[in-house]
Amino acid sequence: MLSPEEWQAVRLSLGVAGRSVLVSLLPAVLVAWALARGRFPGRMLLDAIVHLPLVVPPVVVGWGLLMVFGIQGPIGGLLHAWFGIRLVFTTEGAALATAVMSFPLIVRSVRLGLEGLDPGLEAAARTLGAGPADRFLSVTLPLMSPGILAGAVTAFAAGLGEFGAVITFASNIPGETQTLPLAIYSATQSPGGEAVAARLALVSFALALAGLLLAELLGRRLSRWLGRG
Amino acid sequence: MLDVALLHQYPGFTLDVAFTAPGTGVTALFGPSGCGKSTILAAVAGLLRPAAGRVALHDDVMLDTTSGIAVAPERRRCGVVFQDSRLFPHLSVEANLRYGLRRAPHGVSGPTFAEVVGLLGLEALLGRRPLGLSGGERQRVALGRALLARPRLLLMDEPLAALDAARRVEVLPFLARLRDAAGLPVLYVTHALEEVDALADHLVLLEAGQVLAAGTVEALAARADLPALARRRDAGALLGCTVLAQEATRGLTRLGFPGGELLVPRRPGLAVGEQLRVRLRARDVAVALEAPRGISMHNIMACRIEEIVPAGEAEVLLRLQVGPTPLLSRVTRDSVGRLGLAPGLEVFALVKSIAFDHAAVA
Repeated sequence: MLSPEEWQAVRLSLGVAGRSVLVSLLPAVLVAWALARGRFPGRMLLDAIVHLPLVVPPVVVGWGLLMVFGIQGPIGGLLHAWFGIRLVFTTEGAALATAVMSFPLIVRSVRLGLEGLDPGLEAAARTLGAGPADRFLSVTLPLMSPGILAGAVTAFAAGLGEFGAVITFASNIPGETQTLPLAIYSATQSPGGEAVAARLALVSFALALAGLLLAELLGRRLSRWLGRG
Repeated sequence: MLDVALLHQYPGFTLDVAFTAPGTGVTALFGPSGCGKSTILAAVAGLLRPAAGRVALHDDVMLDTTSGIAVAPERRRCGVVFQDSRLFPHLSVEANLRYGLRRAPHGVSGPTFAEVVGLLGLEALLGRRPLGLSGGERQRVALGRALLARPRLLLMDEPLAALDAARRVEVLPFLARLRDAAGLPVLYVTHALEEVDALADHLVLLEAGQVLAAGTVEALAARADLPALARRRDAGALLGCTVLAQEATRGLTRLGFPGGELLVPRRPGLAVGEQLRVRLRARDVAVALEAPRGISMHNIMACRIEEIVPAGEAEVLLRLQVGPTPLLSRVTRDSVGRLGLAPGLEVFALVKSIAFDHAAVA
């Protein structure tokens, strides 16, 4: 059904989206926590910065990443000089660009879950002798897990299709950074590529739909397990 | 000994209280909604930081705003039972019960898991999730969870208020058993007098953020000068009684209290010698200048009028003394004039046996 090259683009997309979720999950949970519960100066600014990728053109995000994580950039330069790590034009770079783009999706979902959590349960845990970290791990985290899961799956599904930031920061290298949308784009640019584009578009559509359905299903399961029916 | 002194302000409300609760037994914080009783409990638990105050249990200071001491709630070891139970929905009943137990300091003795499960009848619930439990079951689990955290002090914030009458009757005996078994001081917030009667030894009477009176439940119940108590429909003296005899053929139970006896409709469940409390409602007590004859009332007690306190437009409260025991009687002003009632007068207090409905006998 799909040619080896097309399979490669699918596999690459899955790998990039998966890695992007792995990278952004923990920081997103912490940021969501800070935004939902924290009372510190600059909270509104942090909130705005986190949501920037939703409104800034993806190409601009990719350009920003190039400036910071490029070989000449402040962080990219250090990574290259100290560890020999290069992010631009690599799969890891594609994952980073995707992670930045889907970061606000996870934050929003986790935060929504946190704000729906009854603070009385955490107060009860306190009176039962649970300190802050203990309380977070034993009560808060399990109860916000539906939000985390929904955020992760949505980010994964969205990450499969990230285009602008990836092509700007990681370029369009088959087998390295050419994910599904980039492969579709390339196909539409080459003569006779309409059939390839159509097949990949169908795959892309199916994956996104499956991801969203999976998120809904798991979310319901988890909610039932948490006794929130 | 629990010493509490708190000052805290909300918009339009000032809480300014100081009281001492004994080191054992149940002290009820009693008052209408919004009198500040739950705020007091939250401040003792450490969940609310008052503007100023001091909380000390047996000279162990948990809060002292003047010297900057505020022990975190997780280190106060105050077991709290909330009105809405607050069981962890993601944990089984057993895991809920063990939550505090696992975090209790080492070397602190207390009832074991099996003892608490037995005491509260939780065996059949252990594997279940809180969501599937009835309100009464949930509160029993919450009681066990608080007790298993090996607290030094139990705080109960209207633990029965969210339950319907049938569930309250179901949970109340467990509360009494827990009180007797735990041997801990208990602060019990409520606005239900029957819970005070059933459970409390001491009473702190609150109104609008102030302590109106504090003392033993019996002493406060016999005071006629506390409108917050005395003007209630169910106001009346609380008598500590002993079961003297079961008169099965007459269908009566004979109770004794210091200075007198009462005949009440038979309660087969009571054994001779058993102790119980009876609330003798003021509105059920009539007075007569002479001992009446040919009357259906069983309970006719010689007593003396100690005090006459106005209670509303047309009524007064009489404080009567039967031997060492005070009683309250609510009569009309007209009766006072007609009979020439005055402090020091010897009269007879009349009480229908039937007045002791189930709620009055705890």
